[in-house]
Amino acid sequence: MAGVRTPREKWTNRTAIAAVFLALIIMLTPIYWITATAFKPRNLATTIPPTVFFTPEVSPFVKLFTKRSQLREQPTQEEYESAPWWEKMVVDGGEKVVRNRKTGEVRSSGYSDRFKNSLIVSIISTVVAVCMGTLTAYGFSRFKVKGEDDWMFFILSTRMLPPVVVAIPMFLMYRVVGLNDTHLGLIILYTAFNLSFAVWIMKGFIDEIPKEYEEAALVDGYTRMQAFFKVVLPEALTGMAATAVFCFITAWNEYAFALIMTNRNAQTAPPYIPSQVGSGLPDWTVIAAGTLLFLIPVAIFTFLLRNHLLRGMSFGAIRK
Amino acid sequence: MPSEVMTRLDPKSHAAAKGMSDLSIRNLFIVPTIVFLIVFNIFPLLYSLGYSFTDFRASTNAPANFVGLQNYRELLNDPFIWKNFSITAKYVLISVTGQVIVGFGLAMLLNRSIPAKGLITTLLLLPMMLSMAVVGLFWKLLYDPNFGIINYFLGLGKFEWLADPDMALYAIAIVDIWMWAPFVMLLSLAGLSAVPKHLYEAAEIDRAGSFYTFFRITLPLVAPILMIAIIFRTMEAFKTFDLAYVLSSQPNTELIAIRLYKMAFQEWQTGMSSAFAYIVLIMVVAITNIYVKYLNKVKAR
Repeated sequence: MAGVRTPREKWTNRTAIAAVFLALIIMLTPIYWITATAFKPRNLATTIPPTVFFTPEVSPFVKLFTKRSQLREQPTQEEYESAPWWEKMVVDGGEKVVRNRKTGEVRSSGYSDRFKNSLIVSIISTVVAVCMGTLTAYGFSRFKVKGEDDWMFFILSTRMLPPVVVAIPMFLMYRVVGLNDTHLGLIILYTAFNLSFAVWIMKGFIDEIPKEYEEAALVDGYTRMQAFFKVVLPEALTGMAATAVFCFITAWNEYAFALIMTNRNAQTAPPYIPSQVGSGLPDWTVIAAGTLLFLIPVAIFTFLLRNHLLRGMSFGAIRK
Repeated sequence: MPSEVMTRLDPKSHAAAKGMSDLSIRNLFIVPTIVFLIVFNIFPLLYSLGYSFTDFRASTNAPANFVGLQNYRELLNDPFIWKNFSITAKYVLISVTGQVIVGFGLAMLLNRSIPAKGLITTLLLLPMMLSMAVVGLFWKLLYDPNFGIINYFLGLGKFEWLADPDMALYAIAIVDIWMWAPFVMLLSLAGLSAVPKHLYEAAEIDRAGSFYTFFRITLPLVAPILMIAIIFRTMEAFKTFDLAYVLSSQPNTELIAIRLYKMAFQEWQTGMSSAFAYIVLIMVVAITNIYVKYLNKVKAR
């Protein structure tokens, strides 16, 4: 902004910049603390005063992926020496890695399965929602639809329903058809709420593509379908990518449906991670490690999306 | 305005003669989505409307008995439900007010030339993209009375944030403000950058004070977008489930969504909870209506 002239304005400006940096530090502290805790040895995670400087280690991640139990008796020197480096870390922390009695294979914790479930459900529901949403947005953008505003309101309103309200009948219906605790059941629910979002956002993007492009294609002898696939779709790709990232993040972060509709087989990470806190003294380093891995994709996507955030968060109503 | 060629649903149009007609393409594109949403959102609601007039419990095999409006009558006369509503109202008020103050304040601070402004803005927006349940859970460690960093840095000793019945709701609201103030900031920034510069210049020529400039120029022009942010956050705060559920199990923090969840999936009062869901639904639809009206208003400008 131009026009910092008087000393007083200069002073105001400097104070504002200082305040912004202070706010930034406060806002990012919780995220930093998750990251730091994920690399701490367990005994340093809950100290007074808080431990800020420490030698980072990866034992929380080893523990995150393995099933462990309390170490009852110290292993013999020989046993300890022959163990792989990551197993030594667990033993040093006073626990042992649980192995399959017969095969000796290391038993894994539930985390990797939950992470995989999160990926499956989020990716499939995103792809379906963005594809259907783009077609519908094109339909609303280019053709006359009777009561268009009402239909668009109807589409948006399905997104606004509180998850628990929808979950009660869905749970009962899924029970009848056997979709509780399945990937498909969760995918359908996630597709439904992402679909309404995708229609709204994509309509904004498609409205911005000049109609003259298609008109020219139609004059050149393309059919409407060809004009859509060869002219409109390539123009809409950026918008589709941004929409897909938004849908993915929403599905990835979703908690209530996953809590209600899944328990073992199809459970995603968001209901799983809190269930690990339970009673007694939780191992916060492991929870932080699980949280950090879960947050990394979202953090990366947020940076990729930075120029579309405003549009996405306002359902396409406000554009820069 | 859509042009003449594009909006004509003429089965004899040039393009339609070779491929599908515009009308059938329109239907092919739109109808599946509408059907999908009706089948998976509206039909279930009709299904539960039926149950809301019964004493059905999904945990037993006992057949559902029709009880008429009894569920609704009982719910509306239940003082505990009203308590849930008043807790929710309080929560919405605290958290949305906090978000508006922090978010709008940040936007005012950021609305000037700042080194690395783009990066700072993106970093500030990060919290709102994260999972409420997973990150919210981690605040339990930050709030811990014995070794939480919040008590340490604020010098509060062993202050019980989440165990104190009077404090817990505020503690949850603080996490919500941390997550969603960036949303208000994002929308406010858009509003602020749209205020024409010449208005400020004119105000300066007239020697208007900064107080006057803020209340007479900035605020009125940002108000419509700020209003969208407020309505949207009100609606979301009203629905809050994740955050409060992972952070606290106190009766003093039992928001409507949590009461509904417990009634449906822990007490298995399926019929009663369906009726309750309908009461909540009507309230949400009302807020959504206001929201969409505002969206269209801003869009039209």
